[in-house]
Amino acid sequence: MERKIRVLVAKVGLDGHDRGAKVVARFLRDAGFEVIYTGLHRTPEEVAMAAVQEDVDVVGISLHSGAHMTLVPKVMRYIEEYGGDLSEMVILVGGIVPEDDIQKLKEMGVDGVFIPGTPIERIIDFIRKRVPEKKRGEKAKA
Amino acid sequence: MENRKIEEMKKEREKWENSCLAPYMDRFGERDEMFETLSGIKVNRIYDPTDTAHIDYIRDINYPGQYPYTRGVYPTMYRGRLWTMRQFSGFGTAEDTNARWKLLLKEGQTGLSTAFDFPTLMGIDSDSPLADGEVGKVGVAVDTLKDFEILFDGIPLDRVSTSFTINPPAAVILAMYVAIGDMQGVPREQLRGTIQNDMLKEFHAQNTLVLPPEPSVKIITDIFEWGVENVPKFNLISISGYHIREAGSTAVQELAFTIADGMAYVEAAIERGIDIDRLAPQLSFFFNSHNNFFEEIAKFRAARRMWARIMREEYGAKDPRSWWLKFHTQTAGCSLTAQQPLNNIVRTTIQAMAAVLGGTQSLHTNSFDEAWALPSEEAVRVALRTQQIIAFESGIPDTIDPLAGSYYVEWLTDKMEKLAWNYIEQIRKMGEGSMLRGVLKGIEDGFFVKEISRAAAEYQRDVEEGRRTIVGVNRYTIEEKLNIPILKVDEEVQRKQIERLRRIKAERDDEAVKEALNWLRSAAENDENVMPAILQAVKVYATEGEIMGVLKEVYGTYRKPVII
Repeated sequence: MERKIRVLVAKVGLDGHDRGAKVVARFLRDAGFEVIYTGLHRTPEEVAMAAVQEDVDVVGISLHSGAHMTLVPKVMRYIEEYGGDLSEMVILVGGIVPEDDIQKLKEMGVDGVFIPGTPIERIIDFIRKRVPEKKRGEKAKA
Repeated sequence: MENRKIEEMKKEREKWENSCLAPYMDRFGERDEMFETLSGIKVNRIYDPTDTAHIDYIRDINYPGQYPYTRGVYPTMYRGRLWTMRQFSGFGTAEDTNARWKLLLKEGQTGLSTAFDFPTLMGIDSDSPLADGEVGKVGVAVDTLKDFEILFDGIPLDRVSTSFTINPPAAVILAMYVAIGDMQGVPREQLRGTIQNDMLKEFHAQNTLVLPPEPSVKIITDIFEWGVENVPKFNLISISGYHIREAGSTAVQELAFTIADGMAYVEAAIERGIDIDRLAPQLSFFFNSHNNFFEEIAKFRAARRMWARIMREEYGAKDPRSWWLKFHTQTAGCSLTAQQPLNNIVRTTIQAMAAVLGGTQSLHTNSFDEAWALPSEEAVRVALRTQQIIAFESGIPDTIDPLAGSYYVEWLTDKMEKLAWNYIEQIRKMGEGSMLRGVLKGIEDGFFVKEISRAAAEYQRDVEEGRRTIVGVNRYTIEEKLNIPILKVDEEVQRKQIERLRRIKAERDDEAVKEALNWLRSAAENDENVMPAILQAVKVYATEGEIMGVLKEVYGTYRKPVII
């Protein structure tokens, strides 16, 4: 049997807004993914460690703190440091992210950024498409 | 109403249904099979006197300023004085926020409300590795009294009241405010303002968590005990439903859990031996105002009535002022959309009108760009103008509680109260008769978190499947390019703030800091009131992180169980 897509939903940093992360986690689980939720207030190191140890296909980082430009690159750096492979792992960011920063995050290698109001269906479709695509070594189009 | 009249009315209604409504329904039908409020309360086609026949005007509604205060706590309400227009703001360094505050006061705002950054909210100093990237981002950074000195530069504390959204370190922030008052020569009994200081809702929803639940309640009770003696005009807590709602609860859950938390705090104070009639006027509440207009108005009216009855009948408060539920309202941040952001001005207007029609004492209106970032100056101005237009152009505040007597609003007020009571009785049972134990048990068992998560998921499912329309999000969508200006916090803030902190640490009297922190440690260990020691520590420039560090050593820290 084909392995289910494994997704780590992560709250990184000090912000406690977990409504989005939890609702998305629940919907991804209902869509048939295997979902691990980190819980609150994780450091970038902890998130990266969990991503590598759990051997996930997708890391979804939720932030509502405005600290994404600091924390997201940190998570990515630690993933590589702990032996994770960013060329295969899909990195998603969700939360309040201004448009300029969305571009910058994508340039840093984030696969997708989802702002409030995004239908979760769209996140699910994105993951289904992007995970195999990235494993085949294709570049992101979005 | 007399029974005979009700019977007559029922007959008339039947006649209308059969002869007028039925043929029309046959031809045209209705938009939906069923209509519901955001809380899932079924909304009937129409309400008439038969729906409110069980409500007694004097017993259940009465005049404003009279028990049970359904129509408002003051006899003149907004004819006497408008609500306080209090916009929550803060970002960057203390200098940045001081400048924004002065602008808001110049623009006609009548009270201040402080947003802190995440490190400050969590009791972490700006130079901690955990603070990296978060300093000054979502609010102002405060490490020591020095930051407060700059924050309140040129702002006289005897003339302006300030609200502080702060929870685990609430004692530290209150101490800093008192210290500034002392410096300005303002007598402590004149200080006016509010600290949020509501940890129970942090465990349910907002998640600013540092100490475990029981010591958190202990420190809150310390603040009560110290506060009634020292700062009698200061609101020592803002019992908050706002965040519960933002986390996805229904309006009924927001109402029920907030009142339940309020009861828990009152019971903690009574256990401590605090005179309830001295404390009660220093309790305040904080609610959300969401989109379902009448449900929100009913919620505010029900809250007032419930609290009056609880304080008088359950806890035996004697002074009518103790029966008043005074509250702040903020429009619903979670209702703002990133898509077509100007639409948010309309949402905020509807929500603000509900708050005013519900009799709020103060109001924060959200800015239209807040689904993208902290608000820009222009967006904040529009938000404040929204309140001013309601106040001065709409005529809404010119008569008291104008929706009283509406069959629908009175029925819904009553309905919300009943549904909230069901939850409260359930919680009381969990605590074997004690609301304080019941709420703590509910935290321990994840009761509140599960209830709220379930409601959040249901809401999202309705949106995803198109049963709930959100204009511009799942209906009437457009391709758009964002062209609103976005406030960006200077990345230099963190460096500047750390530099200031280093300077203070180098200049202060380390011996005095050590002494104050030792005093605090011994007070905490010996179960004494921690406020005097915290005030002393603040005055000798101990940092917020150092003070919270001592409390963490004594009481331990809390990590929330992971529940999706």
